[in-house]
Amino acid sequence: MNNATAQRIRRIVLRESKRANVGHIGSCLCVADILAVLYGEVLRISSPEDPERDRIILSKGHAGLALFAALAIKGFIPESALETFCGDNSLLGVHPDAALPGVDFSTGSLGQGLSIAAGSALAARLQGSDRRVFCLISDAECNEGSTWEAVMFAAHHGLANLTAILDWNGQQAFGTTHDVLDSSNMPERWRAFGWHVREVDGHDYAALFQTLSDLDSLKPHVVLARTVFGKGVSFMEQGVPLTQTHLPVQPINWHYLPMSDTEYQIAVAETEPVS
Amino acid sequence: MRQAFVRTLCDLAEADDRIVLLTGDLGYMVMEPFRDRFPKRFFNVGVAEQNMIGVATGLADSGFRPYAYSIAPFAALRPFEFIRNGPVLHNLPVRIVGMGMGFDYSHAGPTHYAIEDIAALRTLPGLSIVIPADGCQAATAIRATADLQRPVYYSLGKDDRQTVPHLNGRFEQGKIQIVRAGTDIALIGMGSLSAEAVAAAEHLSELGIGAAVAVVSGFSPDPAQDIAEMLSRFRCAVTVEAQVSSGGLGAFVSSVIATEGLSCRLRILAVTESPDGTSGSQPERWRKYGLDRESIAKSACALIEAAR
Repeated sequence: MNNATAQRIRRIVLRESKRANVGHIGSCLCVADILAVLYGEVLRISSPEDPERDRIILSKGHAGLALFAALAIKGFIPESALETFCGDNSLLGVHPDAALPGVDFSTGSLGQGLSIAAGSALAARLQGSDRRVFCLISDAECNEGSTWEAVMFAAHHGLANLTAILDWNGQQAFGTTHDVLDSSNMPERWRAFGWHVREVDGHDYAALFQTLSDLDSLKPHVVLARTVFGKGVSFMEQGVPLTQTHLPVQPINWHYLPMSDTEYQIAVAETEPVS
Repeated sequence: MRQAFVRTLCDLAEADDRIVLLTGDLGYMVMEPFRDRFPKRFFNVGVAEQNMIGVATGLADSGFRPYAYSIAPFAALRPFEFIRNGPVLHNLPVRIVGMGMGFDYSHAGPTHYAIEDIAALRTLPGLSIVIPADGCQAATAIRATADLQRPVYYSLGKDDRQTVPHLNGRFEQGKIQIVRAGTDIALIGMGSLSAEAVAAAEHLSELGIGAAVAVVSGFSPDPAQDIAEMLSRFRCAVTVEAQVSSGGLGAFVSSVIATEGLSCRLRILAVTESPDGTSGSQPERWRKYGLDRESIAKSACALIEAAR
C-alpha cells in the first residue's frame, strides 16, 4: 500500500456509494489517507484472526465504507463483498459490524469506540502483549461526554499503547463544529487531560506515516489530523450540491447526499489513480 | 448479597485469572477483599459508568472476564446503550453487577431505586439476567453463570442476612424454584420480595388458603416452560416485583399465560406509579406500592374471590 491506496479507497467509496445510492461520502473521503497509512504502514495485522494483531476501531462508524475499501484492498474481505454494501441481509451496512472479518468492533453510535479501545489497550498491557490499539474518532464525537471519560481513564492508566486519531474536519451534522458546539483549543484540551498530542496534515501520507511511526511517550497518544471533508472531490470539499441547487453551499451537504450521475462522473474523474 | 458477591468472586478469581473487577467508584467497605487479594485485577474506573462498560467490552474481547459494579441504576441505565452495543452486540462475557434491587437504597431516594433495570435490560435478548432472592442463591447463581460466554446482568440486593425459606441456594438458569407447596393460588416472587411472598403465603395459610410460592431468579433464558407448567395447575396467580409493571416479571408471566392459553387469572403487583419525590425505608416503600406481605395476601384473597 502506498499513496495510491488512498485514491483506491476513494474510488471504491464513490463507486459503492453510487451503486447503493447513499450518502456519508464526505466522511469516507475524509479518512481515506488516514486509513491508507494505517493499513499500509502502521498496523501490524498478520490476519484478522491473530489474537496478537493490533486493534483498530473506527469509532466514527459512518465512514464504514472507507474501512470496507481498506479491508478489501488489504485482502481481508473479498473485493466482491463490496458489491453487497447497503444490500439486503448484508454484513456491509453503512456502519461497520464486527461480524465482518477485519472489523474488530461494531460502531456507529458516537462516543463509544474510545472506551472500548481503552479496555482493549488495558487488556494488552495486562497480558504483557506489545499489540497496540488505534481508534479513529471524529471531532464531533468529542461532543460526547463518554469520550472524555475514556480520555481520562486512558491518561490515568498511562495507556501508551493506545493511539486516538482525530479526524479533525471541523464538520458535524448541522454545520461546523464551531457553530454547533465550540470545540476550539482541541490540542490544549487533550493535553490538559494528560495525553501526548501531535498535530498533522491528515492528507499528507508521508507526514501521517512519520507521525504514527514515532509516537514515543508514556502517555496515550492523540494524533489530531487536520482533514478536509470530502477530500479529493472539489465540489464536495467546497460543499457544492451540483444537482440539488436549492441547498445552501456547505460541506456538510455531502454527509447526506447521494451522488447524481453527473456528480459521480465528475467525482470519479477527479480521483484518477495516482501513477 | 453484597458480601456473598465479593466472597464468591474472590473464590472464582482464585481459580480464574481472567476475572477482573471494575467499579464505578462504589462498593466502599465491600470491594476491599477483592482489591486486597487481587490488586492488579481491580480497577476503580471512577464515576464513569459508560466508560466502565466500554472498557469491560475491550477487556472481554481480549479474553478477560470483567465484572463491572455500581449501584443498579448507574450500572444498568446510564450505560444502557454501551451495554447494547458492547457486550450484547459482540456477545462478550461482560458481567454487569447492579447493586441494590428495587427500593434497597430506601432513604437515598428515587435516583437510587432500581425499579426499571430488569424491565429495561430484558429488551436485550442476548443478555442473561440473574436476580437472586437471597445471598445463598446469589452465591450459587454467580458460580453457575461464571463460565457463560454471553454477557450477564446481576441484580443484587444489599441485604446479606435475609433468606428465603426452603430456597436453600438453589439456582438454575431458565428454571423457577418452588419454595412452598399449595393448591389454591400461586405466588410468584422475584428478588428480595420472594421472602415477602413466602411470608404472605404463611399468612394465607392461617386463613385456610394454600398458596404455592415460586421464585423467578432470572431471564434470558426465560423460565417460560416452568411457569407454564406451574400455572397450568392454578386458577389464580399473583406476581410480586419491585419493578415497574411494563417488561418485568408480571409482564413476562402474563405473556406465558396468554401464549399457552392457560386458564389462570393473574394479579400483577409491581410499581405502577411515577415517583412522587418521596423516599422511605424499604418496608415502607413496599407498603406504599402494595408489594409487602399484607398487600400480597390481600390481593391473593381478592383474586380468589373474583375468580370464584
